[in-house]
Amino acid sequence: MIAFQNVSKIYNGNVDGNGHSSALMEVTFQIQPKEFVSLVGRSGAGKSTILNLLTGELKPSKGRVIFGAYEVNKLSYQELPHLRRHIGVIFQDFRLLPNRNSYENIAFALEACGYNQADIDELVPQALEMVGLKDKAYNFPHELSGGEKQRVAIARAMIHRPEVIMADEPTGNLDPFNKWEIIKLLGKINELGTTVILATHDKEIVNNLGRRVITLDSGRIVLDEEKGKFVLV
Amino acid sequence: MFTIIYRIIKYGFQQFSRNSLLSAATVAVMVMALIVLLGINIFSFLTDNTLAVLKDKIDISVYFKTNAPEDEVLRVKRSLEGLPEVKQVEYISRDQALELFKANHKNDEDITQAIIELGENPLSASLNIKAFNPGQFATISTYLSNNSLAPIVEKISFYENKTVIDLLAKVIDTVQKAGTILAALLTLIAGLVVFNTIRLAIYSSREEIGIMRLVGASNLFVRGPYIVAGILYGIVAGLLSVLLTLPAVIFISPYVKIFIPEVNLQAHFFSNIHILILTQIGFGMILGVVSSYWAMRRYLKV
Ligand SMILES: Nc1ncnc2c1ncn2[C@@H]1O[C@H](COP(=O)(O)OP(=O)(O)OP(=O)(O)O)[C@@H](O)[C@H]1O
Ligand SMILES: [Mg+2]
Repeated sequence: MIAFQNVSKIYNGNVDGNGHSSALMEVTFQIQPKEFVSLVGRSGAGKSTILNLLTGELKPSKGRVIFGAYEVNKLSYQELPHLRRHIGVIFQDFRLLPNRNSYENIAFALEACGYNQADIDELVPQALEMVGLKDKAYNFPHELSGGEKQRVAIARAMIHRPEVIMADEPTGNLDPFNKWEIIKLLGKINELGTTVILATHDKEIVNNLGRRVITLDSGRIVLDEEKGKFVLV
Repeated sequence: MFTIIYRIIKYGFQQFSRNSLLSAATVAVMVMALIVLLGINIFSFLTDNTLAVLKDKIDISVYFKTNAPEDEVLRVKRSLEGLPEVKQVEYISRDQALELFKANHKNDEDITQAIIELGENPLSASLNIKAFNPGQFATISTYLSNNSLAPIVEKISFYENKTVIDLLAKVIDTVQKAGTILAALLTLIAGLVVFNTIRLAIYSSREEIGIMRLVGASNLFVRGPYIVAGILYGIVAGLLSVLLTLPAVIFISPYVKIFIPEVNLQAHFFSNIHILILTQIGFGMILGVVSSYWAMRRYLKV
């Protein structure tokens, strides 16, 4: 279970005196296992901030961020890797390791978790198969299209069966066809029992999903609906 | 644990080979720094040896009056040997002095003839004294000018050479002090240049480091390969620095020999080459590892 309890995030030097100083203000919500949640809101609303608080990349200025047994805001740099092995992350800019090919990028997530070589040799081809990139296993990121890179990133995010997959605008750089491929993959991963948290601007995607939607505006939650729609506030 | 070490080493080699341009640049800078270090090493070998040779050439000679009894002279020799500053005292008797003189002038008819005509030995017995340190000659000469010796001493050559000896003592001292400071400074600069190069290399990898951390890699697993790459830079640069210095040593060695025949740079270099290679590699590895480790710190804090 994921829980944000009265979480505020004020970036250093972000105070403008109008009360709009913080990226997040008193945000409270919970996400149950196996949910598919979309985080929506205009640019700067605080979507990425929420996701980065969850991975421990950012520390909240106030409040508690709970992930299962972890109190994320209290973890040290040595403890963070343990938390992160329960989370798969996907970004708009893919963030693949440039000097490693698709196979190695995906394998890296397993190596980081300490899997042995035999398991890696078995799981990576399966994941490549699932994202439809069997024939691009030995291509380096610069030899892949945006859609292909994002599929490698998804394979890397799900290969170690994390409880949660977090995707921050995963379709932002993709054409409509690739966009829907990625959303379908996320749906499939969710069906297999993984919680998915998707931050997006994309009205079409949100309305099409028909799942829970948390709407943010200027760092506050303004709507939180099961089977929500994309509403611009 | 074995698996993680294996993977760290594997990725270290990959880091080295797949970023070939970056690695080449880093190694090149490191080679230059290590050549500076080796240069300092060679320079200090040359100055140390030159100084040792020069020091050994400095001596005082005491010439005794021709009528001074031999046992008296030998007594002075023994007492000189008792002084802590004195390294060695050589006794040259009147007969030996004559032999030497004859040998030195055996091609000079006039002198040989003059000696024979003179009928008796005109040369004095002498003591040739070497000190451990050129600065100590002053003490020794004070001892020798002691009044009780005055009746038998003809002259002390130190007084003739005093200015030269004093100057040389000063020069030797200054060269050694300045050399040490200069060497320390150069080493520091070379080290900083290498550190900065590696820092830039790590800076260009900062995003990768962040990605690895986000995927759940431990600090050890992220940092390890960069440390291994640092070790590899050190090994390659250490070897190259010795290899590239080799021709220079072969080239300058004959010139060194012209100035100071006792110093054989090339032979010294080759007989110590394994130690040189090991120290160069050692320095390179320390530089590589410390720089990588240090430069990575801030990027791991995500
Ligand atoms: N490192 C930072 N330093 C200062 N302010 C920041 C920083 N990162 C984000 N912010 C501010 O925090 C607010 C929320 O940013 P956040 O990135 O969470 O928005 P977002 O909803 O993800 O926007 P987008 O849809 O454009 O990605 C913004 O006002 C932004 O300017
Ligand atoms: Mg964002």
